[in-house]
Amino acid sequence: MRRDIFQAIADPTRRAIIALIALQAMTPNAIAEHFDTTRQGVSKHLRILTECELIKQEHKGREIYYQLEINKMKEIDKWLEQFRKIWETRFSQLDDLLATIQKQKK
Amino acid sequence: MNSTPLFDFSVDKENKTVYMTREFNAGLDLVWEAWTTAELLDKWWGPKPMVTKTKVMNFEVGGRRFFAMVSPEGHERWFIQRFTSISPKTNFKTYNTFADKDENPELPGSDWDYNFSEQNGITKVSITIFNESRERMEKMVEMGAIQGCAMQFENLDELLAALSQK
Repeated sequence: MRRDIFQAIADPTRRAIIALIALQAMTPNAIAEHFDTTRQGVSKHLRILTECELIKQEHKGREIYYQLEINKMKEIDKWLEQFRKIWETRFSQLDDLLATIQKQKK
Repeated sequence: MNSTPLFDFSVDKENKTVYMTREFNAGLDLVWEAWTTAELLDKWWGPKPMVTKTKVMNFEVGGRRFFAMVSPEGHERWFIQRFTSISPKTNFKTYNTFADKDENPELPGSDWDYNFSEQNGITKVSITIFNESRERMEKMVEMGAIQGCAMQFENLDELLAALSQK
């Protein structure tokens, strides 16, 4: 099932999880200790974040560690950066048009 | 205004809202006209190297602007802005969607709120874009990416694929 990034970051607990493991890779148990929700609740959040490819599992010995998938986080920012650039270009074209019209009026 | 004009752009991902503020070195009357008449809109909406062609413009509440952005290769992308509220020279609101060339909207769209104010000959335009759902946010951002096909990318997937290869 395809999940999207915006769904993933819409939830405050999931954002907190992202912030936590941004600092260091952590096991599910270590992550769960930071939240009042049940272990199952945390597992569900971890599953959604994994399905969105925002975080990934890494096996170290018998333990599973979760860490951030940096590229996916950048994807959102790339989209928005693209959107911002369009408006930057558009606005500067409007600057030119306004200047031209004002000159003509003088 | 000799320096770079003020341009604020921020995103509230949680509330799926985008904010933009820009100042223009012109009076309110002219800036309002540039945003609300087809002839002027088509001269700046671009964005380069694309050009915008407005086919229908009916600037009144319930009216619409139906326009295409055309790439240098002649590829057209159609949009509808439906005017949902107008307070002359102060504010207008639109509901924006993608569309096909026959003006069938592709839902979902997004709600745009444009505010205009003038101080000392400088006109400030503030835009807030609301998205009801994550789908809408994604769609809007996708629209942005597609509009950015300044680089001839036909869709978001190609754009992202190309970016991730860098």
